[in-house]
Amino acid sequence: MNTTVKRKKSSGPDDDIGRELRLELFRSQVELRLCEKRAYDLFLQNLIKGTSHLSLGQEAIAAGFGVAMRPDDWTFCTYRGHAHTLARGASMAGVLGELMGRECGLLGGKGGSMHLTDVTRGAMGSYAIIGAHLPVAAGAAWSAQYRGTEQVAVCFFGDGTTNIGAFHEALNLSVVWKLPVIFVCENNLYMEYTPIGSVTAVEHPAADRAGAYGLEKIVVDGNDADEVYRTALTYMERARKGGGPALIEAMTYRHSGHSRADPAKYRPDGELDKWLERDPLKIYRERLLGLGIVEATLKDIESETMRKVDEATELAKASSPPSLDSIARNVWADGGAAWRN
Amino acid sequence: MAELTYRDAVAAGIAQEMARDERVVFLGEDIAAAGGVFKATVGLLDRFGPKRVRDTPISEQAILGAAMGAAMTGLRPIAEIMFSDFLAVCWDLVANEIAKTRYMTDGQISLPLVIRTANGAGSRFGAQHSQAVENWAMAIPGIKVVAPAFPADVKGLLAAAVRDPDPVLFFEQKSLYALKGEVPDGEHVEPLGKARVLRQGKDCTIVALALMVHRALDAAAILEREHGISCTVVDVRSLVPLDTRTILSEVVKTGRLVTVEENPRLCGWGAEVASIVADECFWDLDGPIVRITTPHQPLPSADQLEDNTIPSVERVVREIREKID
Repeated sequence: MNTTVKRKKSSGPDDDIGRELRLELFRSQVELRLCEKRAYDLFLQNLIKGTSHLSLGQEAIAAGFGVAMRPDDWTFCTYRGHAHTLARGASMAGVLGELMGRECGLLGGKGGSMHLTDVTRGAMGSYAIIGAHLPVAAGAAWSAQYRGTEQVAVCFFGDGTTNIGAFHEALNLSVVWKLPVIFVCENNLYMEYTPIGSVTAVEHPAADRAGAYGLEKIVVDGNDADEVYRTALTYMERARKGGGPALIEAMTYRHSGHSRADPAKYRPDGELDKWLERDPLKIYRERLLGLGIVEATLKDIESETMRKVDEATELAKASSPPSLDSIARNVWADGGAAWRN
Repeated sequence: MAELTYRDAVAAGIAQEMARDERVVFLGEDIAAAGGVFKATVGLLDRFGPKRVRDTPISEQAILGAAMGAAMTGLRPIAEIMFSDFLAVCWDLVANEIAKTRYMTDGQISLPLVIRTANGAGSRFGAQHSQAVENWAMAIPGIKVVAPAFPADVKGLLAAAVRDPDPVLFFEQKSLYALKGEVPDGEHVEPLGKARVLRQGKDCTIVALALMVHRALDAAAILEREHGISCTVVDVRSLVPLDTRTILSEVVKTGRLVTVEENPRLCGWGAEVASIVADECFWDLDGPIVRITTPHQPLPSADQLEDNTIPSVERVVREIREKID
């Protein structure tokens, strides 16, 4: 208990992860990166309205968990949820279409960037009120425990979430009930515009609070997909077998501002450059080359993924705006919005 | 027919649904081992076990979040928020999450859950444990709002709420817990969204909810006996969905509408009813609509003060005499 877990393992072509899974981890990160960049381009073209919170630079966490999860496991994420939703296999056209407010959007244009959901893929929603989804993920885990399905709920949130009450309520309940839920804090060093360290009592906003709930302190390199994947697998398997929850703090950095409106001028000179050296895609690409995977294989994955992003973009652009009939659709389970007879 | 208290009808309704459907689970503070602070859930832990009847920490966000997560993954949870005033500490879950998720996901996620809570005045608990907050809930699209006045409706409407595919906020009036009444034997389910006409009169239609239904009935008896004013009394039972058909047809028959509301005046549920009546049967009205409510202020604690803040039988009689005669 209460010891930082270092799970740096040496990498080899035939180690516990192996070539095929590594290529999948690479492909996933490339997809999340290229799709998110495309979302940014579409903003600049004014084809995406409203706000958006990009995960550029944080892809290894979504990819590492996405690859480690069982198809019937559940993802709960925040308004910075494009990557987590895609990492479960949601359609890129569905994601881009939702951002663009098109009929083909995952939510038919009803939710937008901050609420991406694809229940068929276990992506159980993106929650835009800080903290709200931690107890919801605990509830899903309770349901898995009750029904004995060995499903796990994985809940992603930012460092800022660790200072709101729902974080603490959810952790306590999950430990007391020994729920199969993994809480993953993506510590990107900034709570919106404010350095997390300047508003938090401890150095590691999530991991340093773990001990208060009888959980071990886990800090991982969130820019290393292998490390994320191994950590995810370890604690998800433990949770499946009735070992209860885990709280994982993954250190990372977002390459862009908090949201579309934020140019991130508050960051000290050189900080971004330092983190760009630790870009998860750069790290992973170099690792795969070092493991003997040839450049052409990686290039093929990159160009094939770009082709898919282009195709998804065209599909979303070609999709109609949602029908006005949908405005009053699905307030209630009967499909309608009637509140009186 | 068996005679049950309003409090026993809560446990009877939950038990009926838990026995029928394995997916029904129940969670809240002090609800299991202690049987509820109002003793409304006594016996459920013994009968259904700790896997289905679970005590929680004092963590209202965790309670409603857990209910929501369980509901979206196949269970049908009943969550208790001990006092309705405490909904304020988990209002995000009610107003932003539970009420809106079906809509935001365009129907991908269903939330068949019930939030039970003890609402209203009459117990001298002061301003943070006595509020009638049904109008808070009514203001949020996406959540059904039910408030029974009688033991039979507690059981029947609670059962319907558990079976309903949408989230339901179920307000139990805490000073009615000791009220006794006949409850049908065997399975009992009352459809949501139906008002009930309890008494038919000629001069005025009183529309009331929960505790105020009893005050309206007592007032109607006095008005008839002592003042020759004959009143219809409608128990709204469900604010969302709202049975406007019954309300409008009863108002048309008497030409007058009086609402008796425990919630504070501004944006009370009766304001919506008054607006609908004014819109849709204005020419059938014989005089102004009358709203009798708690004034727009916090509730005091001392018995004399509290009794003179929420609408009393005497006040209903007086206002109807002044304004209807």
